[in-house]
Amino acid sequence: MPKPEEARYTKTHEWFHPGAEASVGISDHAQHEMGDVVFVELPKVGQKLEKEKPCAVVESVKSAFDIYSPVSGEVTAVNEAVTGDPALLNQSPLENGWLFKLKPSNPAESATLMDWTAYQDFIKQAAH
Amino acid sequence: MSTATTIRRTALNETMRKYGGKMVDFHGWELPIQFAGILKEHAAVRTSAGIFDVSHMGQVFVTGADAFKLLQKTNANDLRKATPGKGVYSHVTNENAGLVDDIIAFCLAPDRYLVIVNATTSTKDFEWFKAQGAKMHVKVENKSDDYSMVAIQGPNVPKMFEPFVPEALKLPRFGIVEKDIMGEHCFVSRTGYTGEDGFEITAPHSIIDKLWEKAMELGKPYGIVPCGLGARDTLRLESGYLLYGQDVDDVHTTYEAGYGWVVSLDKGDFIGRNVLAGQKTDGVKRRLTGLTLTGGVPRPGCKVFVDGKQVGELASATYSPTLKKGIGVGYITPPDLKPGAPLEVEIHGKKVKAEVSRMPFHKGTAFSKNLYTGA
Repeated sequence: MPKPEEARYTKTHEWFHPGAEASVGISDHAQHEMGDVVFVELPKVGQKLEKEKPCAVVESVKSAFDIYSPVSGEVTAVNEAVTGDPALLNQSPLENGWLFKLKPSNPAESATLMDWTAYQDFIKQAAH
Repeated sequence: MSTATTIRRTALNETMRKYGGKMVDFHGWELPIQFAGILKEHAAVRTSAGIFDVSHMGQVFVTGADAFKLLQKTNANDLRKATPGKGVYSHVTNENAGLVDDIIAFCLAPDRYLVIVNATTSTKDFEWFKAQGAKMHVKVENKSDDYSMVAIQGPNVPKMFEPFVPEALKLPRFGIVEKDIMGEHCFVSRTGYTGEDGFEITAPHSIIDKLWEKAMELGKPYGIVPCGLGARDTLRLESGYLLYGQDVDDVHTTYEAGYGWVVSLDKGDFIGRNVLAGQKTDGVKRRLTGLTLTGGVPRPGCKVFVDGKQVGELASATYSPTLKKGIGVGYITPPDLKPGAPLEVEIHGKKVKAEVSRMPFHKGTAFSKNLYTGA
């Protein structure tokens, strides 16, 4: 799993770690904003995802949050640990709390995502 | 409903921020939704102690020779149960037996009552009491702007309070005592909205920060934590307590809300009595029904089905930290589903299995019989 600085980010606060088997999760900022996560619904292995389309649901005590796929591709693995223990998303959003892995269908798409520095600026701007 | 265009802040606003409260707009009031996290705060109240700023709640004083008469006329519950030093939870009913508000009326003296009303309805309640008492010897005063209020809740709260307000420990559930605290006249009641034992203190703004800090200091050995609206909602829903504007309103009646124990048909006439007497005889067509889910987190507005047919929707719903599953209440037709009866709740377009629950979902220390008898 990536260091925060190595991942790329969406404006909807998902992280994406590129590679042959790329992984997806939610940023530390996202888990902090959501509060205590109590339920996670993941896509199915083999499911084809489209960039920026809802593909998973994360529910905190307060509210439900759609998760949007950072890139298009086919799901190759899902993290069953987070469905059993949703608090992993709060405790370890970038490592144990990853959501799913996928095989990107258009690797060029990841170029549109923000790098760590750009994401930090984006969060700061959104706060104003 | 609140029509506030500018956000209102309680006297504790800066203290809430100091303690890390994540502030939100709650019906025009800026209040903390959470501090350390809803689950932590919820657990603290269930197992030990938590403290809430509930200064948005309103205080209406009803005084004079006809104070009792006015409250008896406007309430479904029997105010004779509120002897001096005691309060009753009641529903203020309109002509159609809908709820003007749900309140606690405390009898301070035979001609002096303190009515704790909801934030969003305080002006409406005040106008209603004033209109209904227009021809009576009674003074109705809305003092909501003059008072702050904190709720200190949890099984360890009474012993934590012993060195500070010793007389509070002698209070039965719904008991109230007037006491000078830090040089100001305050009201301490053994009430709350969490299902746990504890107190609510109505105090002038001038001392509320000091009072909060004192409670934090007294609660330190018990791990007291500041709590926000998020935990307040999960705690109250587990306890089966109603949220005005969401579970009850000007239309739904006390019987429909499943709160028949609040209705005292034999106390004499009161506004809405005829409608309630009719519902007592004929039954209701819909009833606020509790349900638990096998998965997912239900939210207000989720549709409820029996055998594929929609039977209602959820008024309040959330994840229950105590039961570790989704819970909700909604007006369901038919009104007589038994605990265990199967239902389905639609969440994000998918139907999730659910079943009718006994109410409340969870009985905390506030439900202990001893608390009511003062034993």
